[in-house]
Amino acid sequence: MRGTSRLILANIWVAVLAFGAAAAMALMQALSRANLQVPLQSARMYYMSVTAHGVLMALVFTTFFIMALGYAVAEQENGEIRWPKFAWAAFGLGVVGVALAAWAILTFRASVLYTFYPPLQAHPAFYIGLTLVVVASWGWCASIIASWREARQKNPGKPVSLAMHATTANAMLWLLATVGVAAEMLLQLIPWSLGLVDRIDPLLARTLFWFFGHPLVYFWLLPAYAIWYAVIPREAGGKLFSEPLARMVFALFLILSTPVGLHHQFQDPGISASWKLFHTFNTMAVSFPSLLTAFTVVASLEIAGRLRGGTGLFGWIRKLPWGNPVVSSVLLAGLMFMVGGFGGAVNAAYTLNSVVHNTAWIAAHFHLTVGTAAALTFMGGCYWLVPKVSGRELELNLLAKVQPYLWFLGMICFSFTGHIAGLMGLPRRVFMTSFGGSPQALAWEGLTTVSAIGGVLLFASAGFFVLVMLGTLLAGKRIPKEPLVWAEPLEVPVGGFHSTVWDRLGVWFVVAVVLAAIAYVGPLYEILQLERFGSPGFKPF
Amino acid sequence: MKIDLYERIWAGGVVVMLALFFGSIAVGAVGRNQHPPSHIETIDPTAVMSDARFATQGVRVDDQGQVHVWIVGLTFVWLPSELVIPADTPITFHVTSVDVTHGFSIVRTNGQTMVLPGYVSQFTTKFAEGEYLIACNEYCGLGHHDMAATLQVVPRDQWLAGNDATADLPVSDPMGLAPQTAEGSHARH
Repeated sequence: MRGTSRLILANIWVAVLAFGAAAAMALMQALSRANLQVPLQSARMYYMSVTAHGVLMALVFTTFFIMALGYAVAEQENGEIRWPKFAWAAFGLGVVGVALAAWAILTFRASVLYTFYPPLQAHPAFYIGLTLVVVASWGWCASIIASWREARQKNPGKPVSLAMHATTANAMLWLLATVGVAAEMLLQLIPWSLGLVDRIDPLLARTLFWFFGHPLVYFWLLPAYAIWYAVIPREAGGKLFSEPLARMVFALFLILSTPVGLHHQFQDPGISASWKLFHTFNTMAVSFPSLLTAFTVVASLEIAGRLRGGTGLFGWIRKLPWGNPVVSSVLLAGLMFMVGGFGGAVNAAYTLNSVVHNTAWIAAHFHLTVGTAAALTFMGGCYWLVPKVSGRELELNLLAKVQPYLWFLGMICFSFTGHIAGLMGLPRRVFMTSFGGSPQALAWEGLTTVSAIGGVLLFASAGFFVLVMLGTLLAGKRIPKEPLVWAEPLEVPVGGFHSTVWDRLGVWFVVAVVLAAIAYVGPLYEILQLERFGSPGFKPF
Repeated sequence: MKIDLYERIWAGGVVVMLALFFGSIAVGAVGRNQHPPSHIETIDPTAVMSDARFATQGVRVDDQGQVHVWIVGLTFVWLPSELVIPADTPITFHVTSVDVTHGFSIVRTNGQTMVLPGYVSQFTTKFAEGEYLIACNEYCGLGHHDMAATLQVVPRDQWLAGNDATADLPVSDPMGLAPQTAEGSHARH
């Protein structure tokens, strides 16, 4: 359908432009952290740009790419998406929301960072804009879930494609997760920023934020996993090792990704240690489906490598198409995710968290997870998706080939030094790292310099990606549009797959709601029972 | 649902690994009483300076000989900006904020806590001799990167003499804390 293609490309455009702007912000930050002189350098500019970078990368680039990919998957499933006009309206609302939030940020009215912890108080346009983006994403969820239901009804007893299954699980996960941030926005931040109420409770706000904040991580990762399972085995020349287990994996993510948010609040007062320990347990559980994914994806890649003539224990690795940017971006993203995943286990480790909380380790960690596992996969996903949907050949192929490797190299410089500096106590989100010449601060110096070099490489890589996308979208040679073709499973039972309990996502959604309630009713009740004084707003930026 | 043998082996291994991860955490938490700072106490953030405990910040020894440190965070300083405490002695920190959210972090140690306006944070740990940087590790505004204090950890005798204190400080502590060092909390046990 022509209309759906345009909707997909419209979402891609917003994602690419947000990505480009966010990458430019990051370059300045990296240089600044290394105590190098940069034009326009000031603390005010720095913290504004950290806010812009976080919001544009983590919330805008990701969400709009995920919506584009989701529509493409749903269109492939049914030949069209459900409620296309509604989806366009949602897109329009999302763009208005991004514009409002971007205006507030770029005019220095909202330097509250992308976690926007009160009582730092931004301009109401910042909160309202982000809320509109969330509401827009609910429109996407509705269209995806309706498309999924239609596909199920058309083929009773048959499972939908794995990509559709993953996309739908993600839409449901997102509906549940965003309840937290919507409550924080509507009940707390917006009335308070408008002056309708004087005080706000920062602990309640943080708790609602992290109800949303951790499943947000899986909202980023699930589309990446969908690409790893459903696209890459075929692109690499092989087959998907195990389809049934993959379906279970996505159902597990749906139920386990929300009751874990307190692992972001280990250092917070006002929450009992026992609830924090309970969330620690759940966090360990949610790494189970990720580790299953690691096995299946590597096994599928091995099949591809061997089909391409690879032999021996590791010979198949060399035979993989490392020159195809769709595949290489995922291979490199996966390698980095192995490191990032284990770093995440440290963050979630209850007491060990005291060593790394709010240090450069954390920023370095999520630049491996969302910043590489998800973002680099999304870039590779663009190289795969955009030509098929736009009917334009991928331009500037050489840049596209080099780009994933530059990202990988840049991220090694940026992230590995960040992990080390974090263990040495360097706080995250600081404009300068000298701390008045403290001896402990001096020890970070060489590390922040290497980190800045990483920032420059990442910026070059991001620039290449944006150039490839602009070249393709604006001037790519016309080619026939192609349907999306998913990877075939290695083994298909006679008569094809039948729907199993893992395909019943509606049931798993209910389980997810119950688990989230069990994990959160206690701590929220505990907070609401306290004599809470609240805090007025502050704008020290 | 057919699951490959290798997948079963892998999944089993993953479950064992995760059980070990959580088991080691649970042993520390339940067996050795190791928890992140989780003190539950509220305070009116606009009235902190009229609270007797926080009106005068600094180091005080209570009737039982336990050393307490009372700290107030505000944009962009820690009050007091210099602390002197005795080495190898359990120290209980009490921290609150009169404005935005801060992060109280004693660099290269595991002594840290979030500091939220309206709440009192508390944790207990002990230190080896040395000079430590106290940083703010939660963004609090344009001066965030300058929000720092110093922590001097001096020998117990010297500290007692300097403070003209006669209190009999406890040497051993029920929690069996390993002292924090300026080279990293994992460096010495």
